[in-house]
Amino acid sequence: MELTQELIYYYVNNAWYVWEQFVRQFLMSAYGVLFGAIVGIPIGIYIAHRHKLSPWVISLANVIQTIPALAMLAVLMLVMGLGPNTVVFALFLYSLLPIIKNTYTGIRNVDPAILEAGRGMGMTRMQILRMVELPLSLSVIMAGLRTALVITIGIATIGTFIGAGGLGDIILRGTNTSDGTAIILAGAIPTAIMAILADVFMGWLERKLTPGRRNKRSRIS
Amino acid sequence: MLKFENVSKVYKGNKRAVNNLNFEIEKGEFIVLIGPSGCGKTTTMKMINRLIEPTEGKILLNGRDISTMDPVDLRRQIGYVIQQIGLFPHMTIEQNISLVPRLLKWPEEKQRKRASELLDLVNMTPDYLDRYPDELSGGQQQRIGVLRALAADPPLILMDEPFSALDPITRDSLQAEIKNLQRKLNKTIVFVTHDMDEALKLADRIMILKDGRIVQFDTPEEILRNPAGEFVEEFIGKERLSQIRPHVQTVDQIINPAPVTVRPNILLSNAIRIMKKQRVDSLLVVDREGKLRGYIDLEIINQQHPWTGKVSDVLVENMYKVKTGTFVRDVIQTILKRGLKYVPVVDDENRLKGIITRTNLVDAIYDSIWSDRENGNIAQ
Repeated sequence: MELTQELIYYYVNNAWYVWEQFVRQFLMSAYGVLFGAIVGIPIGIYIAHRHKLSPWVISLANVIQTIPALAMLAVLMLVMGLGPNTVVFALFLYSLLPIIKNTYTGIRNVDPAILEAGRGMGMTRMQILRMVELPLSLSVIMAGLRTALVITIGIATIGTFIGAGGLGDIILRGTNTSDGTAIILAGAIPTAIMAILADVFMGWLERKLTPGRRNKRSRIS
Repeated sequence: MLKFENVSKVYKGNKRAVNNLNFEIEKGEFIVLIGPSGCGKTTTMKMINRLIEPTEGKILLNGRDISTMDPVDLRRQIGYVIQQIGLFPHMTIEQNISLVPRLLKWPEEKQRKRASELLDLVNMTPDYLDRYPDELSGGQQQRIGVLRALAADPPLILMDEPFSALDPITRDSLQAEIKNLQRKLNKTIVFVTHDMDEALKLADRIMILKDGRIVQFDTPEEILRNPAGEFVEEFIGKERLSQIRPHVQTVDQIINPAPVTVRPNILLSNAIRIMKKQRVDSLLVVDREGKLRGYIDLEIINQQHPWTGKVSDVLVENMYKVKTGTFVRDVIQTILKRGLKYVPVVDDENRLKGIITRTNLVDAIYDSIWSDRENGNIAQ
């Protein structure tokens, strides 16, 4: 009971601060994923069309994913210095694997018969990509973005160690205070909520973009 | 319209998928390519729209070497239907049908009009336009696949085993439809299949391929009558060859050349006398030049009781007759369907040459079954 009260007390007194950090953390993750998408989706498309390259590229992304977050931040800090930009870059690297992998899978899974029909009817490479491959793999690509966003929201909390701010600041403050459980929770709960909301929203978007009639039908019924 | 000149396709490892092909196709022909798997039939077809490039030789479309044309432009002028149908699942039926017109940037109204026009062609209502492919049955989907190939009205259409994934009943009706459409729209069609029945049913000319070479390229009748060598015979199948014999037989081969006839000017009472003497219940009426005028039968005479009139007063002129040279298979159908007892055979000048009776048909079918058995026995 006391804990809840302390938590409420904290939120009431620091509402603006918590909100600021919430937005900050979200923006860092969103930018990370955005840059990840800008780089990762074209790479995914490219290796889907030249799939001899795919094991190399995907292994590389895998390797990036296995680097511990703290180590990654420390190394990047040596090069890029302190601050949110370094964190965004790290998040960008972490979001690459799910985005590349899903784009690759989505495009590779387009029925080859459909592609042959398109080619045989005289569609150019770009038309096939724009009118067939992308629409048909959009939901899978969205699933990749969803995974990436949820991962990066979690990782962004440790950005506090290199002075990037975010909800991690609140959690860290809690760990540095004796009896700081309430403060730790005050930072951790919004992080979890953000991850869940992002997951739900992206999941909804993904279903919306699933090709075929299902989404159109559900609107009628 | 389409000409292959010394065309070969060599794959890695010096495998010749297509070996020095030379042939020509006329406008409006329905050509079926057939052969065992790996014979090069699909390769041959795909070289026409440059999905596969030949290693040697030239392919001319309306006198133009297609290797000098832009492949994208070329493909937009050639319809293409594939076995797996390949409709775009995220597009409506209308969007699917009018894909090529859209690529060619037709005005939208024209696209929509064309799409419903085409649906009408296969007796599908316009409300299908806004549906999605997964709401249609396999047969309907492939109909749409065919319409999509017809959308921009290309003179040439390529079909790669389009019906082989459909159930037999749907396949049958689609085969009839496509043959109909092809005649009606005067399209040239190059059709790949491994199903001999399908080939015999659809083709104007069948090209039988083996190891990348043409073994025989001829009309279905000619191939059945004179198969070029053992390979073709085996490929068609002994059973089918014997079954098919009545189908390539003409009426002349089983005709009864001396039917009972009367002149139009004799009296009915005399006609009855002839019937009794010859033990028949109907007479063909033939004039002095031997031309068929009609017939009379017992029923008609019976209604005219005092038999004082002449045959010419009561004869029925409107009757079913066939020309010499007609295939027996076509006659069988009509005889069975209309329940006719016999059919007169006439030449181009309407002179009576004889009749085909049901007994003649039995003989023809009997021969085709048993003569082959007997030959088989001798061979053993």
